[in-house]
Amino acid sequence: MVYLLIVFPLVVAAATFAVTSNRWRPFLLPVGGLGHLALVLYAVFGTTAPVHGPEEWLLLDPLGKVILLVQSSLFFLCSLYAPAYLSIRSDRPNRVFCANLLTMQAMMTLVSLSHHLGLMWVGMEATTLVTAPLLYFNHNPRSLEATWKYLLIGSVGIALALLGSFFLAYSGLKAGLESTLHFDQLIDHASELSPPWLHAAFVLLFVGYGTKMGLAPMHTWKPDAYGEAPGIVGTLLAGGLTSCAFLAVLRIYQICQASSVAEAAFAREIMIFMGLFSMAFAAVFMVRQRDFKRMLAYSSVEHMGILVIGIGIGGNAIYGALLHLVNNALTKGVLFLSAGNIHRVYGSKVTDDVRGALQRMPLSAGLFLAGFLAITGSPPFGPFVSEFTIVTATFASGEFVVGGIFLVLLGIVFIGMGATVLQVVQGNAPDHVPKDLNDTFATCAPVLLCMGLVLLLGLYIPPPLELLLREAAAFLEGQR
Amino acid sequence: MVLLDPLLILALALNFVALGVGRTRAIVNAVALQGIILGILALFVHEHIDLRTIVLVLVTVGLKGFGFPALLAHAMREAQQEHEVKPLIDNMTSLLLGAVGTALAMVFSSTLPLADQHTHLLVVPASLATVWTGLLLLTTRKRAITQVLGYLLLENGIFLFGLLLLEAMPFLVEIGVLLDLFTGVFVMGIIIHHISREFPSISTDHLTKLKD
Repeated sequence: MVYLLIVFPLVVAAATFAVTSNRWRPFLLPVGGLGHLALVLYAVFGTTAPVHGPEEWLLLDPLGKVILLVQSSLFFLCSLYAPAYLSIRSDRPNRVFCANLLTMQAMMTLVSLSHHLGLMWVGMEATTLVTAPLLYFNHNPRSLEATWKYLLIGSVGIALALLGSFFLAYSGLKAGLESTLHFDQLIDHASELSPPWLHAAFVLLFVGYGTKMGLAPMHTWKPDAYGEAPGIVGTLLAGGLTSCAFLAVLRIYQICQASSVAEAAFAREIMIFMGLFSMAFAAVFMVRQRDFKRMLAYSSVEHMGILVIGIGIGGNAIYGALLHLVNNALTKGVLFLSAGNIHRVYGSKVTDDVRGALQRMPLSAGLFLAGFLAITGSPPFGPFVSEFTIVTATFASGEFVVGGIFLVLLGIVFIGMGATVLQVVQGNAPDHVPKDLNDTFATCAPVLLCMGLVLLLGLYIPPPLELLLREAAAFLEGQR
Repeated sequence: MVLLDPLLILALALNFVALGVGRTRAIVNAVALQGIILGILALFVHEHIDLRTIVLVLVTVGLKGFGFPALLAHAMREAQQEHEVKPLIDNMTSLLLGAVGTALAMVFSSTLPLADQHTHLLVVPASLATVWTGLLLLTTRKRAITQVLGYLLLENGIFLFGLLLLEAMPFLVEIGVLLDLFTGVFVMGIIIHHISREFPSISTDHLTKLKD
């Protein structure tokens, strides 16, 4: 079972690579997406037997289940959108694109399942490498620049995470234990690990995987990459890959928490600080942002900040953060895909050229607007519930300053993002916008489905999901 | 064990070669030679040599010593200039910074709480100094190819530290790490090739269009 989850997308990737028709190849993506989602749903909800491999290097724990479920669902939604997108973009060969999307899915699955930190690192670095050609899909100087920055910054960040992993293994060796990077062994012996090395390991791993998450100030690749990438790739990066990087951060946090009270407090302080810093940084760059795809990238920086703040606060905020992970991923799907639709029709992504989208393409623009309202935490959408949970838990734990800054920053983001979004959707469309492209069923239905899920999560959280999130939060807090 | 420290000193000296020389080809050679030395070092660190060690040594030497330089040479074939164009800081200053960094790495390592069996070894300071050199090259050079070389030095430094941790990395994972590194350099090579086709040179000065 555990291998099937990883191998299945790889097999479909090989199949897409073998298909010679540029026109029919993209239809294998929904097949891969649906198959993977079915396997994931079975592994998460369908079986009570533990899912693991030999020596328990690969093990599906509650936290991994949440990440796997999120990225698999998001991938499925994107795969529904992909054939329509690629048929519009039939000028570009899509063989590498399709195969790499599926390989990326396999590698994200590997990260979600890894209980060996070395193996997790391998998966994480592999995702960086397979996404580079995805970013370069448009083959123009701008996407080249974005790809180069992404590749270099991502690789260096990940290299620091490897050094951090080695420090972590050394903290065991120093303490006289056999050096290991096996997660469960590290947790079991956490209290014996050498504190200075563990300390250094946490910092390096947080910086390294934080770079992949895109926390400020390590986020500099993000606006460029999200700005130039096709909408599907932006969605999978902002909702899937960043969630996997978040999982990596959570793993190291769990080890710190199991080691000592002081180490856990140190980790939490750093997370709260970096989270607020990311939110503030994003807020500054979202105000008067003319490029609406770059705006979405800063929104992603902001929400990664919210996730780590939730973990830093602890208690019920952990549940809030995990729920927010789900909400953020789905809402990012709505935003990136609808923004992609608008970008394609207008041939531009700056507000100087893009106006009157509601008039020109009501459905995509409407979804973009609704996605904006959702991501900024307006009721009745999902992110409202999760952000509200985090804020309440923050005040309940007595962190009034953190809670206060958090709310102010949310306010600034709402105003900044609102100004840009309203410029895009309101007014009259310029005359030069070509009339031949339009909203179609195939480019809107997956986005609508995504939006439906965001709305559903705001009104009603299905009990199995609620239970899973509670279990994951408890697992994270060390109740094993 | 006798040869361990001389080899490490040689590896450290190659850091300075990489910082000091101007011709890209010379930096490639320095980094490649360092890679070969690192591979051989693994033979001296491990107490008993088994098949696994030999395979790892062969793969490491093959990739770091010959694979990566070949990939980079392939990527460079269309790029014209051999010399670094106006680095952010000149070679003299980067040598100086490299020396300061290496000295600091020595001092810093002596304060680190090392395990008893490692206290007399140069591995940790050499590792940190190489990481520092890699970061220096990455941040101060503008040619895409030199930045990749900086990344390779950074990885070499991390590899050195990894030598102390035999049991932590199972064979498959270690091969996975090397495979990732290989793919990384391969993809970077492709991108460099595209940069040299798209722009007149492979200086990252051309890559400054995207900003807020």
